[in-house]
Amino acid sequence: MTTETKELLNFDYSKYDFKDSTDNYTYKSEKGLSSQVVQDISRMKNEPEWMTRFRLKALEHFDSRPMPNWGGDLSEIDFNNIYYYMKPTDRNSQSWEDVPESIRKTFDRLGIPEAEQKFLSGVGAQYESEVVYHSLLKDLEDKGVVFLDTDSGLRKYPDIFKKYFGTVIPPNDNKFAALNSAVWSGGSFVYVPPGVHVEMPLQAYFRINAANMGQFERTLIIVDEGASVHYIEGCTAPVYSKQSIHSAVVEIIAKKSAKVRYTTIQNWSKDVYNLVTKRAYAYEDAAVEWIDANIGSKLTMKYPSVYLLGPRSRAEVISVAYAGRGRHQDAGAKAVHMAPHTYSRITSKSVSKDGGRTSYRGLLHVAKGAHHVTSHVRCDALLLDEESRTDTYPYVEINDDTATISHEATVGKIGEDQIFYLMSRGLSEVEAYNMIVMGFIEPFTKELPMTYAVEMNRLMALEMSGGVG
Amino acid sequence: MVYELEVKDLHVSVDGKQILKGVNFKVKQGEIHAIMGPNGSGKSTLAYTIMGHPRYKINNGEIILNGESIGGLTADKRARKGLFLAFQYPVTVSGVNLTSFLRSSYDSIHSPNGTPGKGGVPFIQFKRTLDQKLNLLQIDPSFTSRYLNEGFSGGEKKKCEILQMAMLEPRIAVLDETDTGLDIDALKVVAEGVNKLAGPDLGVAIITHYQRILRYISPQFVHVMFEGKIVHSGGKELADQLEEKGYGWIKGGA
Ligand SMILES: Nc1ncnc2c1ncn2[C@@H]1O[C@H](COP(=O)(O)OP(=O)(O)OP(=O)(O)O)[C@@H](O)[C@H]1O
Ligand SMILES: [Mg+2]
Repeated sequence: MTTETKELLNFDYSKYDFKDSTDNYTYKSEKGLSSQVVQDISRMKNEPEWMTRFRLKALEHFDSRPMPNWGGDLSEIDFNNIYYYMKPTDRNSQSWEDVPESIRKTFDRLGIPEAEQKFLSGVGAQYESEVVYHSLLKDLEDKGVVFLDTDSGLRKYPDIFKKYFGTVIPPNDNKFAALNSAVWSGGSFVYVPPGVHVEMPLQAYFRINAANMGQFERTLIIVDEGASVHYIEGCTAPVYSKQSIHSAVVEIIAKKSAKVRYTTIQNWSKDVYNLVTKRAYAYEDAAVEWIDANIGSKLTMKYPSVYLLGPRSRAEVISVAYAGRGRHQDAGAKAVHMAPHTYSRITSKSVSKDGGRTSYRGLLHVAKGAHHVTSHVRCDALLLDEESRTDTYPYVEINDDTATISHEATVGKIGEDQIFYLMSRGLSEVEAYNMIVMGFIEPFTKELPMTYAVEMNRLMALEMSGGVG
Repeated sequence: MVYELEVKDLHVSVDGKQILKGVNFKVKQGEIHAIMGPNGSGKSTLAYTIMGHPRYKINNGEIILNGESIGGLTADKRARKGLFLAFQYPVTVSGVNLTSFLRSSYDSIHSPNGTPGKGGVPFIQFKRTLDQKLNLLQIDPSFTSRYLNEGFSGGEKKKCEILQMAMLEPRIAVLDETDTGLDIDALKVVAEGVNKLAGPDLGVAIITHYQRILRYISPQFVHVMFEGKIVHSGGKELADQLEEKGYGWIKGGA
């Protein structure tokens, strides 16, 4: 508590509000999307033939598919007004000292170097489209753990890469997965060998920095039998006047008895379209957890999924969405039960303020023959004022009548009596509101490592500040 | 300086309904008052109004603390001036553990520079005080890792109110039915707690229905409220009379 409070109070909020000059970029693709651009990207990266073909095929899917007409309003996206590839530096540094000065300064402000010393076992920091900095502690390397940017993963581990890439989320899965498959760049590639437990979380930071630039990172995580890992992706973004797109794909394969946790704190600036496909395959006795916070962006459409493919596999999704003025968080989760005795639990918390809108969109599917499935879904929405809005769209498809299912949804407001109670103990009105909201999202925050929990509460307090009550 | 809270000819309405109809009442640091009266007579209304609940509108009269009219101040400002209310129905705040709540609250009240929430009080000092108060009130320290009032039994809620009072060290405290819902052991603990905290620095007004808490806490003054007014004031013997004759006696006499 003590350090937490102190950090909270000394925190420099301006770090969420900066950007660097874009003069140093060594390569910027033409604006817009064409097979030429896709081929250029692949050539720039010296990719094998199969990847070039994969990309071009994905582009066809992208072109042929209509825009989704559900979820949020996508009509303002202009795919021709986006840079699809940028490369800030030719180097992919192995040690901090090798990272160019301008980029280091940015990371300094994000607090990465100190954090690395103490908490990280490896840092993959994505600056624009390219990962420029990677470090991996020696003992992880010795255990055979691979933690690379995805481009390097493709170069150094071509066999395992090709075996799994695009298998969980094929390019024709949806329009934005197709887009990502065509122009992807960066992201993380993680492989944890059988029986290896990665004790400290692997962390990656992502930023969007150039106006109108798309970011299409691609992450592939393979956790072999009996192994475990916790991957953390934290996003902070500067503020822009023009819209941009973030369309990532994250694929996770949790083999027999493997455990994977994937934590995200998403805080894109308020003009970003955040259209992300995240999916995991869980085999026999495996456990997959998505811990997912969506705070920023103009529109987020994101539904982390777990396909429970093996008996007794487990899925947990805990998510928080915050929508302030002009924002729409269309988030949720999917649990697809394909095997018997599988378990899923989905907890969704959303907060809407100043006319912001949150939607919970969830799918629970139980296949025929997947007997004795258990699933609990709980979504709680908090509306901080009358203009804000929240909806739930739960889709439930149960094809086996041995399933035990519960679904609870609540919509709440902060009561005058709660505020009065806290104020009678000396808290100001704003502090009282903040405290109630922090408490509301606590089921999420308590899952975060300490430093992230502190960061999360700061972000929320920052978002909530101004015009409460 | 001896703190004094004075309620003068207080008329209060809530949601358009007139409830207090001219209450006069004074409590000083070091004094213990009991306020009794039948259900619905306006005791909680008086308590809420003293603390500044926004739903309770003062139509007439004043609330004065040390000569300053505080009727226009928000609850947090009143708390910082040394007022405290132990709620008849404490409110639940999910996900906020008691320690961090007490920490924020303590900091708001005790920040030396009067700017709450700026980390004015070192954590060590807070923690030391908390341990000491827990010990004083015989509350298990593990209690403080629970969420504020969530799933608390009636007795635990009331103990928690007293713990908050102990931490905030108010000059004037109103305890609204802090004895209700307590079994005899809990009642003793709470009463002893109040006695330990009472003293020259604390003025207390205990709102209660029951004689039994007054066996443990000895008030110098007893007031009887009826239909939005204090209709009788006297010494401890008034409580005995009430016990004997019930409120019917008041109605007759009023
Ligand atoms: N929001 C409201 N609208 C209308 N009447 C109200 C409202 N709140 C309280 N009252 C009424 O005001 C009166 C006084 O209530 P109050 O809670 O102050 O009584 P009390 O003396 O504390 O009673 P008890 O001993 O039952 O706690 C009651 O008749 C109650 O119904
Ligand atoms: Mg009452």
